[in-house]
Amino acid sequence: MTASIAAPANEEKPVFYQREEHGHAEGGSTMLGFWIYLMSDCLIFAVLFATYGVLGANYAAGPAPKDLFDLNLVALNTAMLLFSSITYGFAMLEMVKGNQRTTLMWLAVTGLFGLTFLGIELYEFHHLIEIGATPQRSAFLSAFFTLVGTHGLHVTFGIIWLVTLMVQVSRRGLIEANKRRLMCLSMFWHFLDVIWIGVFTFVYLMGMLR
Amino acid sequence: MSENLIKMIFGRLTLESLPLHEPIVVITFAVVAVMGMAVLGAITYFRLWGYLWREWFTTVDHKRIGIMYMILGIIMLLRGFADAIMMRLQQAMAFNGSEGYLNAHHYDQIFTAHGVIMIFFVAMPLVTGLMNYVVPLQIGARDVAFPFLNNFSFWMTVGGAILVMMSLFVGEFARTGWLAYPPLSGADASPGVGVDYYIWALQVAGVGTTLSGINLICTIVKMRAPGMAMMKMPIFTWTSLCTNVLIVATFPVLTATLVLLSLDRYVGTNFFTNDLGGNPMMYVNLIWIWGHPEVYILILPAFGIFSEVASTFSGKRLFGYTSMVYATVVITILSYLVWLHHFFTMGSGASVNSFFGITTMIISIPTGAKIFNWLFTMYKGRIRFELPMMWTMAFMLTFTVGGMTGVLLAVPPADFVLHNSLFLVAHFHNVIIGGVLYGLFAGITFWWPKAFGFKLDPFWGKVSFWLWVVGFFFAFMPLYVLGLMGVTRRLRVFDDPSLQIWFWLAGFGAFLIFCGIGAMLVQFAVSIMRREQLRDTTGDPWDGRTLEWATSSPPPAYNFAFTPVVYDNDAWWDMKRRGHERPMEGFKPIHMPKNTGVGVIIAGLSVAMSVGLIWYIWWLAAVCFVAILVVAISHTFNYDRDFRIEADEVTRTEGARTKLLAAGE
Repeated sequence: MTASIAAPANEEKPVFYQREEHGHAEGGSTMLGFWIYLMSDCLIFAVLFATYGVLGANYAAGPAPKDLFDLNLVALNTAMLLFSSITYGFAMLEMVKGNQRTTLMWLAVTGLFGLTFLGIELYEFHHLIEIGATPQRSAFLSAFFTLVGTHGLHVTFGIIWLVTLMVQVSRRGLIEANKRRLMCLSMFWHFLDVIWIGVFTFVYLMGMLR
Repeated sequence: MSENLIKMIFGRLTLESLPLHEPIVVITFAVVAVMGMAVLGAITYFRLWGYLWREWFTTVDHKRIGIMYMILGIIMLLRGFADAIMMRLQQAMAFNGSEGYLNAHHYDQIFTAHGVIMIFFVAMPLVTGLMNYVVPLQIGARDVAFPFLNNFSFWMTVGGAILVMMSLFVGEFARTGWLAYPPLSGADASPGVGVDYYIWALQVAGVGTTLSGINLICTIVKMRAPGMAMMKMPIFTWTSLCTNVLIVATFPVLTATLVLLSLDRYVGTNFFTNDLGGNPMMYVNLIWIWGHPEVYILILPAFGIFSEVASTFSGKRLFGYTSMVYATVVITILSYLVWLHHFFTMGSGASVNSFFGITTMIISIPTGAKIFNWLFTMYKGRIRFELPMMWTMAFMLTFTVGGMTGVLLAVPPADFVLHNSLFLVAHFHNVIIGGVLYGLFAGITFWWPKAFGFKLDPFWGKVSFWLWVVGFFFAFMPLYVLGLMGVTRRLRVFDDPSLQIWFWLAGFGAFLIFCGIGAMLVQFAVSIMRREQLRDTTGDPWDGRTLEWATSSPPPAYNFAFTPVVYDNDAWWDMKRRGHERPMEGFKPIHMPKNTGVGVIIAGLSVAMSVGLIWYIWWLAAVCFVAILVVAISHTFNYDRDFRIEADEVTRTEGARTKLLAAGE
């Protein structure tokens, strides 16, 4: 559409107006817009990662990662989130085939994995706070809770969005608008997965090495 | 009622929160209240609420949203300037043992509010407004990519402005300077509501800015007219693209940084505190990673405006289009690599300071290239000294001075002497007034006839121009001198009487600018009254070069009945030169988005939620938060968002224009 059109010779009078209305397809910019939004969100996480990178070793004579993290639990948690990404992928495959029922089924499974992830994360937070490793205790813990918590908040909103979309798909079926929305949420969901892999690596694994 | 219940309902909001002990604030409040009541009364009397709600507040038309942004910016300019002139008066008075007329508590709020308002609620809305109005027209589009989002972004910006204005009369504003450095802005040193007002005003407005950035990027990337390759885009569209890329790449940093500051204040975390491992310099780094690109967000569109104006009023194609584009892109990238020059004195060591000093100096190269491009555009041109061109020339003189003092400040050893002095204050006013503001004024006078169908009155425009330009030099050249003599910024009283004369001069300059703003308002009023004499029926009053001049003034809701096809950089110029013919028949129905009030509602709820958070009225914040979710989700259940402008209506509109054009000839 935007490819350069060769300018006709000067004397020639070219077509200056598009007489036929084809316009821009509805939602034609949505994917690009959502990508850009995701990148802006990514920058928020970048700031949180950077903050963790700078402040993450400031234990203020308090507990360090080694004293706090239970890698088995985190591994389980990571598995939950990764599974949820796979099942979202299955939902998208079914969407492409036009199977509304199975799409909804896989979306529900995705939501359940997401909820499990959140449950485990809340359990971990609760445990940490109980043993006195609160966000107020040290800059390390402030940065830890904020980074991991922000990711958790994103997952929470993702689940709310997921439920909304399930209602909309069951009401209106797999129409173009709903497919577009499912695509957006899919990108959001996988994006959160990528962020989590960063969290798992930089916060948990490398934290244990410190 | 028990004390606890009152506390639960009102949080920390009490009758003492109203600044009744400050006569200046009380009088201001009285004046604002009377004027506000008058405006509201007039709207009610003339039964305009329905019209305003249907046609303006809920509109998704990028042109109307653009105009509303401009109105917001100009109203806030009056507030921001009131702060400025109060500071000038205080500093001119407070010598020889006099305390001036402002106490420290009030004065500190004023210099904070001045900075915050001028950047976030004057410059940003004016820049966003012009981009909103002009970019879709320049690329031959019917609207932006996400029209509803556009309306929502605007109202979020208004929401932020409302919070800042509210802090004047209920509670207080931050007393920290416009970037609210911790630990001063932390809970220990600033326990009051001031910093919370600051945080939430910027967060609410920041959402709007980020979304509008995404919106305009998509618009420019996806919706250009056929034939308009990237290197055929008008230069203002190019600078807008770069600005919006910068917005999306930096505003999230501001958002995250302010979230961390609010966690420190609300939850008691230790990001930027002085103990338990916190690091205040982390905040200063983060905020300037946003803050430095921010000044380029403001100046790049202004560069675009000057380019359009210089080429139009010289009657020539822009000199060095390609180099202009590359210079813009290079500035966009470099703006991300210079933030540390705002705090060379932090003590990061010679190598770090050298790196940032050198990157800073390098920025002057593409900027200098631009200046030469404008000069060569004018060279051998048939220059018309209309108002937009006058602003452009004033810019080239003023901005060059500001740019040179900037390079001076980029030298770390010099910065150690000049850091936080009035020299710095003079420098950034020199580039922001002489660059951004002059650019916006050029843009306003240039595109006003497009938006309203009549030109601005040139006489009052020239009065305003000369008052502004002369006033600027009077107001800020003395500050350079004072800064070199070692006077630091944000001082309220002075000991050395020999300095007073410079402050008097600066105050006189501020008075001239005051008259300049007055003349500008008179110009708007006179032009509206004399609109019949100033009428432009052609839609192309300046003999323009880009597509926005191809349609009528004001453009119809759908902008172009038929999408133009582009063959050349100056598309409209090319069409005129090769004798295009305006289509008169064969119109088709046009799909357009419907208006919606959801943007106003969500923004209103966001303001209410912020008030709850600022005053610790937790129930209000919780209720509003849930309400925002509910409204946003139920909005997504509305699938029916378009309507058609029927072909015969398009035919009627275009027919009326045909008559006008014929009458004009």
